[in-house]
Amino acid sequence: MKPAPFNYAVAHSLDNAQKALAGGQNKLVSGNQSLGPMLNLRLTRPTGLIDIAQLTDLRQVEDFGDRVRFGAATTHAEIEDGLVTDPTGHWMCDAAANIAYRAVRNRGTIGGSLAHADPAADWVIVMTALCATALIRGSDQGADLRTLPIEDFITGPYSTALGPDDVLAAIDVPRPGKGARWAYWKYTRQVGEFAKASAAILSDPENNRLRIAIGALGRQPAILSQPQAILDGQVSPIDALQNAIPDQPVETLNLHAVALSRALAQLAERKENEA
Amino acid sequence: MDKNLGAEEQGMGIGARLERKEDDRYLNGKGRYIADMRLPGMLELAFLRSPMAHARILSQTKPDATENTVFFARDLEGVSGIRAVSGLPGFRPSTQPILAEDKVRHVGELIAACLAPSRALAEDLTEQIDITFDELPAVHDMTKARNKDAALVHEDWDENVFLESAVDINFEAAVAQADVIVRREFKTARQCMAPIEGRGLIAAWDRNLEVLTLHSATQMPHIVRTGLSECLKLDHGQIRVIAPDVGGGFGYKGILLPEEVCACFLAMKLDRPIRWIEDRREHLIAGANCREHSYEITGYAKADGELLAVDCSAIVDSGAYSSYPFSACLEAAQVASILPGPYLMQGYRCKTWSVATNKPPILPFRGVARTGVCFAMEVLLDSIARELKITPEAIRHRNLVRPEQMPFTNITNKFFDSGDYPEALKRAVAAIDMTGIRAEQQAQIGRTRIGVGLSIFCEQGAHGTSVYHGWGIPMVPGFEQAIARLTPDGGLELRVGVHSHGQGLETTLAQIANSEIGIDTKKIKLVHGDTAYTPYSTGTWGSRCIVMAGGAVGTACASLGERICKIAGHLLQADPSKIILEDGMARIGNSAISIEEVAKTWYLKPQLLPDDVDPRGLEVVEGYKTVKDTGTFSYACHAVKVAVDLDLGHVRLLDYVIVEDAGTMINPMVVDGQVYGGAAQGIGTALFEEMCFDASGQPLASTLADYHLPLASDLPAIRIEHMETPSPLSRFGQKGIGESGAIGPPAAIANAVNDALSFLGAEVSEVPITPERVLAAVGFARRSQQTKSGDAA
Repeated sequence: MKPAPFNYAVAHSLDNAQKALAGGQNKLVSGNQSLGPMLNLRLTRPTGLIDIAQLTDLRQVEDFGDRVRFGAATTHAEIEDGLVTDPTGHWMCDAAANIAYRAVRNRGTIGGSLAHADPAADWVIVMTALCATALIRGSDQGADLRTLPIEDFITGPYSTALGPDDVLAAIDVPRPGKGARWAYWKYTRQVGEFAKASAAILSDPENNRLRIAIGALGRQPAILSQPQAILDGQVSPIDALQNAIPDQPVETLNLHAVALSRALAQLAERKENEA
Repeated sequence: MDKNLGAEEQGMGIGARLERKEDDRYLNGKGRYIADMRLPGMLELAFLRSPMAHARILSQTKPDATENTVFFARDLEGVSGIRAVSGLPGFRPSTQPILAEDKVRHVGELIAACLAPSRALAEDLTEQIDITFDELPAVHDMTKARNKDAALVHEDWDENVFLESAVDINFEAAVAQADVIVRREFKTARQCMAPIEGRGLIAAWDRNLEVLTLHSATQMPHIVRTGLSECLKLDHGQIRVIAPDVGGGFGYKGILLPEEVCACFLAMKLDRPIRWIEDRREHLIAGANCREHSYEITGYAKADGELLAVDCSAIVDSGAYSSYPFSACLEAAQVASILPGPYLMQGYRCKTWSVATNKPPILPFRGVARTGVCFAMEVLLDSIARELKITPEAIRHRNLVRPEQMPFTNITNKFFDSGDYPEALKRAVAAIDMTGIRAEQQAQIGRTRIGVGLSIFCEQGAHGTSVYHGWGIPMVPGFEQAIARLTPDGGLELRVGVHSHGQGLETTLAQIANSEIGIDTKKIKLVHGDTAYTPYSTGTWGSRCIVMAGGAVGTACASLGERICKIAGHLLQADPSKIILEDGMARIGNSAISIEEVAKTWYLKPQLLPDDVDPRGLEVVEGYKTVKDTGTFSYACHAVKVAVDLDLGHVRLLDYVIVEDAGTMINPMVVDGQVYGGAAQGIGTALFEEMCFDASGQPLASTLADYHLPLASDLPAIRIEHMETPSPLSRFGQKGIGESGAIGPPAAIANAVNDALSFLGAEVSEVPITPERVLAAVGFARRSQQTKSGDAA
């Protein structure tokens, strides 16, 4: 299990990294927690890796008041440990703390995870439910960043809206308003596994955001329609999922319906706690 | 038995809770494993392995200019394949090729050997080789392997069966009085053993000594040497096998691998050291497969719970080849003889088939077939109990062999040496708080249900010559030898042919020696893992070391003690037979001389020796066998409390109790360690570990992301209670318990899950008990209920 030969270079600037991307032979790497095993199994054979994990531009976290901008190379551990601002109070911190296990979190990055777009990854569903925005730097845009809502950024399993020369530079996470509530429930049989089913709910009345996302579907997260009716119990979890993902086998629907039920229960519990 | 037995609880002899001598090395990262070793001029070996489960090889083409770095079967001049032929009639022998020539029979089988200065470069070479295949239908399901239309794994066989066996003891007569007949089918998944360290080796030819030296991560160095001698046609004297620190064995590291034979051949051919380190992918796909059984089993009982008879048809998926040295038939032999467990019964019938499939050879993993038969028997018993509306503990109490019957010869002629099985059951039931759990269950209403399960079994360990000969296994253990040598400074060297790789033998054998001749354990050095230094032994397997090597060390030390006393008697002008050896001294009355002084006298001041001194000196070889070679029978009762999430099918272990009788414990902490580690692996069997194959024989788990081992977070804090009934067969009353922990969990956990699901009428019957299997059982029960109520309407 040794990788096929490849070149490795540390990027000194975003410009530098983007230049190296031209031609399509090289791949960006930040935490290397998903790519590394694939390299070792020779499932992927890039000509070269451009390491952007230490780029200053990608390591900034800026608070704009209504949102916080996370540089793409912010590690899960930095979020878990509260070394960077968590606009949600502690929701991101809690989610980060349950990504894989600590060794992965030390190196794995939020941008790397989103750009890899594993359907079962935590940030993929959490950022979708939190109504986050991807900031993309194209090759010819200079310092201007293109923005895309995460649900448009992730286009399928392991697939994103990134063009061949694009770099995911940062993620904007909106700061929830007063009285906002959050639930995130995932089923992993063992600690450190990718989720088999997951559901996340953001209820942020002050900012008029109500979103229910279902993850680990083998594709991009599903954002459920009629979230208020689901919250109010007018649409049952299983009905909601049958509407949203009718093509899935019944076992999968059931499992995700359980995830949704438990996320709803979590949300209700939090309401009581706050009352 | 030894005079000091039980007298040194606080000392460093038998029974002391002594910290392990090897801990400093193991716990501080100071061990030296194969992967830590490099020899000058060494090349790394990587193998091209078969991507197909069953295929004819049409052509093999090397890349240009690789005559000395890429090798096919045709290059292995004079090398024989590996054969392990059962001594039982009807056995169909296989030859496991070192490198496949005309046909491959499982994914991962070796096809070409590639050498390069680094492993990565060697792997690059494997990719440049061109092989063309003609794919054949694969035999992937053991239950279909005997079908008329099944492809033949070995084309010169008439069916895919290594061996079938049948035993019928008074069956028809016994079942005549049965009130209930309960039939079930059970399966245990194919597993991988997954020691932390995989296999690994360095082979080198010593030009000076004209000796092939193989450093190998093995638990049976002498057996590897014998196997190599057969395959390479070398004299034993030309082969030295060294097992350095080994990171767990569990049975896998007792097997002679084609990789070992191949590396040795290449090291001799090229006169360069060759290293191969098995990676986890090779390990999972091709190496350490184990455990896959299928049972159709029927229990016959009377209304009061008395078990009359058991009828069983069992299939073992033995894979493609008979492995050296245990053969393809150890599992089935154990199934047929151990299935009745610790129970009384009047009739017994069992048929077994060791079938050949297009999968890697099945290898004996900690517990071997005991884990499977315990699962089948114990889950069946609970089903019978539910049918009879009696408790699991009641049906067991009704049928367990009772202490007043000990020693007891059971229906398959197993000689249970000692113990109180019902007491173990009673203690486990109390410790898990059965009464409390039953009350808790009465009150539960939600979607999470509590269940409690028991399993009880006995573990035949250190079974010897007659047992292995009777099973037809090509390797038959005989006397176990040990060498005890007093060194000139009064230290003691113990040389044994078994290998210690987590068993704590460096400590426990020293404790035995201390009990015998009173030398401080700090001054006792265990020499093991090198065929050049140690007496021949079949090695470390079958829960045998503390009984066999322990007995041998005890015997050798006793003889050495006599010689020490003789010299000491002369120096003290006293009767040697009255001298006592303790605390490093030879004592009589008020006079004493240090054992160190005795040693100095023999080695350095022979002028002081008596004229009639024993010229063999202070070095002793002794051989040891137990009083009977039928084995010690340790036993245990496992009790577990689980919570089953009915929506997810998720099983959580809430509490786990093990009541264990290891006979006399040489070191209780080491016994605990063995039980904890085994139980963790048993929990893996019960809940997580499964190597799936698709219909073309492709393994579906090739990394630890897909092959699920139990994690620390999956394990409850296991509570162990000890009983201590000495064995009348062993030197100190000790019994083998190395495998015990791994035997009980699948049965106990399945029983607990079935207990939790009993209000639905659902039962699981396969391990691992995955969420999918729990949900399937619940769904099946629901549909059956609906059909029933539909019929009623």
